[in-house]
Amino acid sequence: MRQVDVIEGDVTVLDRSDVDTDQIIPKQFLKRVERTGFGEFLFYDWAKQPGWELPRNPILATGRNFGCGSSREHAPWALEDYGFAAIVAPSFADIFYSNCTKIGLLPVVLPEDDVRAVMAAGRATIDLDAQEVSWDGGRASFEIDAEVRRRLLGGLDDIGVTLQQEEAIAGYEAERERSGPVTTSLT
Amino acid sequence: MPRSVFDKIWDAHEVADALLYIDLHLVHEVTSPQAFESLRLAGRKVRRPDRTLATADHNVPTDGSTAAQQIRDQLSRVQVETLEQNAAEFGIPIYSIGSRSQGIVHVIGPELGVTQPGMTIVCGDSHTSTHGAFGSLAFGIGTSEVEHVLATQTLQQRKPKSMLIRYEGQLGFGVTAKDLILATIGQMGVEGGVGHVIEYAGPAIEGLSMEGRMTVCNMTIEGGGRAGMVAPDDTTFEWVEGREAAPDPLPLDEWRALRTDEGASFDKELVVDAGRVSPQVTWGTNPGMVVGVTGAVPEPATEGDQRALEYMALQPGTPMSEIRLDRVFIGSCTNSRIGDLREAAELVRGRRVASTVDAMVVPGSQQVKAQAEAEGLDEVFRTAGFDWRSAGCSMCLGMNPDIAAPGERVASTSNRNFEGRQGRGARSHLVSPKMAAAAAIEGHFVDIREWS
Repeated sequence: MRQVDVIEGDVTVLDRSDVDTDQIIPKQFLKRVERTGFGEFLFYDWAKQPGWELPRNPILATGRNFGCGSSREHAPWALEDYGFAAIVAPSFADIFYSNCTKIGLLPVVLPEDDVRAVMAAGRATIDLDAQEVSWDGGRASFEIDAEVRRRLLGGLDDIGVTLQQEEAIAGYEAERERSGPVTTSLT
Repeated sequence: MPRSVFDKIWDAHEVADALLYIDLHLVHEVTSPQAFESLRLAGRKVRRPDRTLATADHNVPTDGSTAAQQIRDQLSRVQVETLEQNAAEFGIPIYSIGSRSQGIVHVIGPELGVTQPGMTIVCGDSHTSTHGAFGSLAFGIGTSEVEHVLATQTLQQRKPKSMLIRYEGQLGFGVTAKDLILATIGQMGVEGGVGHVIEYAGPAIEGLSMEGRMTVCNMTIEGGGRAGMVAPDDTTFEWVEGREAAPDPLPLDEWRALRTDEGASFDKELVVDAGRVSPQVTWGTNPGMVVGVTGAVPEPATEGDQRALEYMALQPGTPMSEIRLDRVFIGSCTNSRIGDLREAAELVRGRRVASTVDAMVVPGSQQVKAQAEAEGLDEVFRTAGFDWRSAGCSMCLGMNPDIAAPGERVASTSNRNFEGRQGRGARSHLVSPKMAAAAAIEGHFVDIREWS
């Protein structure tokens, strides 16, 4: 996973709430079996509407409940491929938030007023280690799970981290595993 | 300390701090290819193929094709073939096109009996919440997490918050589980459940069939919920008993203990008056934009509402019953089970689909299809002018040939009315199977409580 540390740069504003992943990357692009190259299809239908502008900047600032709907990780892949390194919003949908952290696209939750200030400033610095966003005229700290933060800062491989607990997993399977179902016994 | 069903399942599966053991991993063709590719590159194996099950559903044409090679769309074909190859390479059981057990992943899990009370279940699909109807903890994950579960049979996961939605009263005549969950999302908003595992409880839930409970849990994600669940009871046990993968005998003592203890606490609670819920119809571009069928398109309260009305080409004040339809879609992981089809068939028997409407029924699985045909439901639908299709996700999301055209207005029993979801520019109205069936006959929405 890509290592995340300090993200600094211009802010792209998408001032909409409840942006669903069907808008971020429409279904016809989910047929690819690769992980790369989704950026050019980002907001495919909205991008055709008059007046649409989405500059390629390191930071995207947007509205509440960003990334709701489908679990498609293609949505963070597309945003990241397009050039975004962090997304600042008052709230995110759960699966989308988790998906972002798995690929090193930093989701930052800030109070709505602070998101508005970041949008207005047009430029910001996000320091993951310090858990702080700063912009011309203001700064705000943000919450992030300590373990998620550690993995992002270190660019750690999640599976590698978990496999260090192999003994605990094997022990669980030996002692506590429930009986059935066994999918391989289905005809 | 009193514990909820969610607490009990969580406690029984925590391998280490924030590391959750997964009992069942369901896999489909869209969100898995990149996960398998990464496993391959890292030289990793699937830890528990015997706790993993794959099926093809999103890309499957519903024209009765019996092999992946018959899929005309090249990208879709490659995606299904890739799943078949990955399943073979990693030793995962698969029901692909042509299998008598193929179907929408959230229909076949329960149908085969692999979905059982007390389990942790994940799938690279947000509607995995469906399986919570059995008193399991089931939720959607992304592709990186799919890879993680394949490799480790666990998920790194902080315990979500808990929420109780308690229904008072019973559903009225003609009002279904679909209406109940749509009204609930309308009440709490599409963000109301974010970060929470929701337990649905109360007499209206206990009175639902397993199909109805699956419909409710299925749409949990549309209210933002991480997972939805119903405590298992005799209705659950009767449904599971005798299914192919069900234990024999059922571990009833263990399953009966999956109740929320008196005094268990929740981070959030919501009370919904089930007795006041009427048949629901969505008017906008998310499932929370919903009103009763006797209502009208509301005045826009936000910019988002305004955009939704423009996309939907609707005027505030228009009675919902005056909205005319081009298409009707009965299907999807929300409403394509045998009970859903029976309810719809009952209403269309002896009637004709309006000449202005193109209507289709897509059973959720090959087994549902076979059962419906054994009962003669296919004939009821065909005679009425419905297109009777083969199993798949179909027009719920348009990754296969079943797509609505730009500007077409669809009454759909699926779960998402997002812009372009059923086809670019298509306008979706979410309803119950009964409401969809009646709308197909009349060419516009009707209040089925008064329709005869």
